[in-house]
Amino acid sequence: MSAERRQSGGVDPPFLHPDYRSTALRAPLRPPIRIQYGPSELTGPDGAALLRGQADLTRQHAGEPLGERIIIHGRVLDAGHRPLAGTLVEIWQANAAGRYAHDLDQHPAPLDPSFTGAGACLTDAEGHYRFVTIKPGAYPWKNHANAWRPAHVHFSLFGRSFSQRLITQMYFPGDPLLAYDPIWRSIPSPAARERLVAVFDMTATEPEWALGYRFDISLGGREATP
Amino acid sequence: MRVGRAPAQTIGPFFAFALPWRDGPFVVPEGTPDAIRVHGRLLDGRGDPVPDGLIETWQASPAGTRGFGRCATGAGGDYAIVTLKPAAIATPGGAVHAPHLAVSIFARGLLRRTVTRVYFADEADANRADPVLAEIADAAARATLIAARDEGGYRFDVHLQGERETVFFDV
Repeated sequence: MSAERRQSGGVDPPFLHPDYRSTALRAPLRPPIRIQYGPSELTGPDGAALLRGQADLTRQHAGEPLGERIIIHGRVLDAGHRPLAGTLVEIWQANAAGRYAHDLDQHPAPLDPSFTGAGACLTDAEGHYRFVTIKPGAYPWKNHANAWRPAHVHFSLFGRSFSQRLITQMYFPGDPLLAYDPIWRSIPSPAARERLVAVFDMTATEPEWALGYRFDISLGGREATP
Repeated sequence: MRVGRAPAQTIGPFFAFALPWRDGPFVVPEGTPDAIRVHGRLLDGRGDPVPDGLIETWQASPAGTRGFGRCATGAGGDYAIVTLKPAAIATPGGAVHAPHLAVSIFARGLLRRTVTRVYFADEADANRADPVLAEIADAAARATLIAARDEGGYRFDVHLQGERETVFFDV
């Protein structure tokens, strides 16, 4: 059994996590069956064929969105820390006031007509991606009394095979709401939680323009740890 | 810099303005000869629909298709994917995988993806020889992975939890 396998209980959240109430009726309760990888698990879609969005979320409308302009960049790596080139990265987020451009978001914060909050790009030959966006706001949710999600950006990643598919969230360093967030805290390992917290990056910060954050993402799959 | 695999987090309730595409459910364009429609509902442990889920399918064959389908669930937990039926695939080790779709399921309340497979009821011989189905000892559990033909195509409901919980895989 590989080291990654032994540690996997500490990295991914359990399905059932009572502090996050929505897991109660949606968490599978039988243990998933471990299968040998077949052709379906070892292959995946061509990212370029799935690319629909743009990497700059601040230029999708006639006006500029309100909020703090930021750059989020990093590398997508496989379990052996090799860069994954040409792989699709999709993001979505709330606006600076903490409101999603989604019909069912009832948070009484303003929508921003200049901000949708969805983007996508492909990694370059070194596995690098880069988005320009605005810093999302925290927002309340009804999970428990006075519940607030820390500011976050949702990330969807494909890697090179079905086994590497990942949807996760990026958080911001120093956010006091992380300590109260049952979704972030559902990750058993404190070290693994920290992997979802971006690092402020002065080298990516552009003078007179935007603050930079670095968020590197290592994907799973077993091929690097046979 | 951080090292180690990134943990999963829930897709949350508000992805529908970002992830679904108009042609997402169409692995092949509508009207493609021999196209099949795989459809069903995503249901929770009480049998209630999950209206904020995302179903993704992947198939390594036939060549020439995009292979990938994505459909957000509707108010009734319903989804549909239009594709070509995959071929059986022989592995270098000699095993032959029956025609199937690999499926990822995401939803609010799912802290990480669940993975399952859609097999086809009219491929009984191939299904009997499939190495993954062979891992599932319980016939009722195995049956959760077999899509039956109905008037809409192939029917594949996903029960996230409960007596009829779908078999999920650890990949």
